[in-house]
Amino acid sequence: MFDDFFIRALVAGIGIAFVAGPLGCFVVWRRLSYFGDTLAHSALLGVTIAYSLEFNIAVSIFLISSVIALILIQLQRKTNLPSDALLGLLAHSSLAVGLVVIGFLTFIRFDIMGLLFGDILAVNKKDLLTIWIGAALILLVLRFIWKPLFASTVNYELAQAEGLNPDRAKAVFTILLAAIIAISIKLVGVLLITGMLIIPTAMARNLSDNPQKMVIFSVIGGLLSVFIGLFSSLEFNTPSGPSIIAAALVLFIISLLKIKQTIQLKN
Amino acid sequence: MGNNILVKLNNVGFRQNQKWLVQGVSLQVEKAKIVTLIGPNGSGKSTTAKIALGLLKNIEGEVEKFTNKIGYVPQEISIDWTLPLRVRDFMLLTDKLKEDTMEEALSLTGVVDLKDKSLGNLSGGEFQRVLLARAISKKPELLVLDEPVKGVDFTGEIALYELIKEISEKLNCGILLISHDLHTVMSATDYVVCLNGHVCCSGSPKEVAKNNEYKALFGDQAAQTLSIYEHKHDHVHTSDGDIKKN
Repeated sequence: MFDDFFIRALVAGIGIAFVAGPLGCFVVWRRLSYFGDTLAHSALLGVTIAYSLEFNIAVSIFLISSVIALILIQLQRKTNLPSDALLGLLAHSSLAVGLVVIGFLTFIRFDIMGLLFGDILAVNKKDLLTIWIGAALILLVLRFIWKPLFASTVNYELAQAEGLNPDRAKAVFTILLAAIIAISIKLVGVLLITGMLIIPTAMARNLSDNPQKMVIFSVIGGLLSVFIGLFSSLEFNTPSGPSIIAAALVLFIISLLKIKQTIQLKN
Repeated sequence: MGNNILVKLNNVGFRQNQKWLVQGVSLQVEKAKIVTLIGPNGSGKSTTAKIALGLLKNIEGEVEKFTNKIGYVPQEISIDWTLPLRVRDFMLLTDKLKEDTMEEALSLTGVVDLKDKSLGNLSGGEFQRVLLARAISKKPELLVLDEPVKGVDFTGEIALYELIKEISEKLNCGILLISHDLHTVMSATDYVVCLNGHVCCSGSPKEVAKNNEYKALFGDQAAQTLSIYEHKHDHVHTSDGDIKKN
């Protein structure tokens, strides 16, 4: 059944959507979208390292993204630069270094477009295994840190005063972000992973009045985006990542109509 | 643990950017007792509460805590609109609660009708009542309330302080209460600590109200109902907050 490339891409996308929903909610709630971008950009460097050392790509991306996150925390402590400047510095320099290294690796043929924007043909059976095991692990860990993470998202001091451990939850969450980037890069691509996290969640925000609903709607939004995106990618021969994100955008626009309706009802 | 002490501060202080926010504070909160911190803005009340809660790192002095069941009402809390949160979601933030436990707490503070409303649509006073309900709903041993009646109208304020006293007796819990106004909290308090960067004076509400130093901070008006009580002090406060020995 997994011999068909399209089925493989679909199954991969479903696995990613299940994780992107809940993680995306926290990215939006905690205002981390640019942070997610920075981790994703550094993933390209991870890919080049994996190729040159003949190492597992997902593991390599995961390690590089985690290192970048650690460097960011150190820079935040030791410099006087604002966080957004530091994020920009890390995002673009790691992307640049990644591309320069690719230039040197002339002995390997790279599909740079595929790395940046995802490739429907790139997902093999081994990737499926990585994605689904990775997704299951991410959800399991997230369930574990949910309470302290959520409580400290609402109010840090309240969570800490009442005996939860927000700092540990935050550190673990960063690792989970690095992990979802590592598993979704082949299908969605370096430049668009944050879109996969944020756009279905933004749609969900328009439809929900409580956090549980928002998580469920963002998973549904992600699944729909994957289905619509991949079918149109197949139909029109477009890259998979942009097709999925464009589908998510359409869903978001439709969800805006709902807001307009609610406002009209209120008046 | 043979005694009733819940938290004890021994000569604690906190310094930020080479400036002491508060120093030399010693106090203890016992079961079923209400300790009130009063003092002007910037006198270190909230800082002292955060020290007691263990929220600040690198403090001077020593904090001994004898309980982990703590309820906290912080002074400033803003809920972001990006997070859709109903009152009931907020009630369950740090602990699982049964529906009737939740309703009981919300009824006590008079806001049970709001339980399915979005947090963003509440008025300041309603929100303050929800905060208080959340803090008491888990039946804590120690409650730390940082200006819990902010935004509540005057009659509601007195009723809430009465409620706080009731809670302390009913749950047998100790309360560290922060207020800028001794007047309204007086009847509900067992012990008052008057702060202005350090402990200016402390004692029963009556003693503190009679204290010259308290009167200097809050004006005579606050103590008018009480007879004048003379009392010697070893220091005065200059206008920039420094302490001058006599």
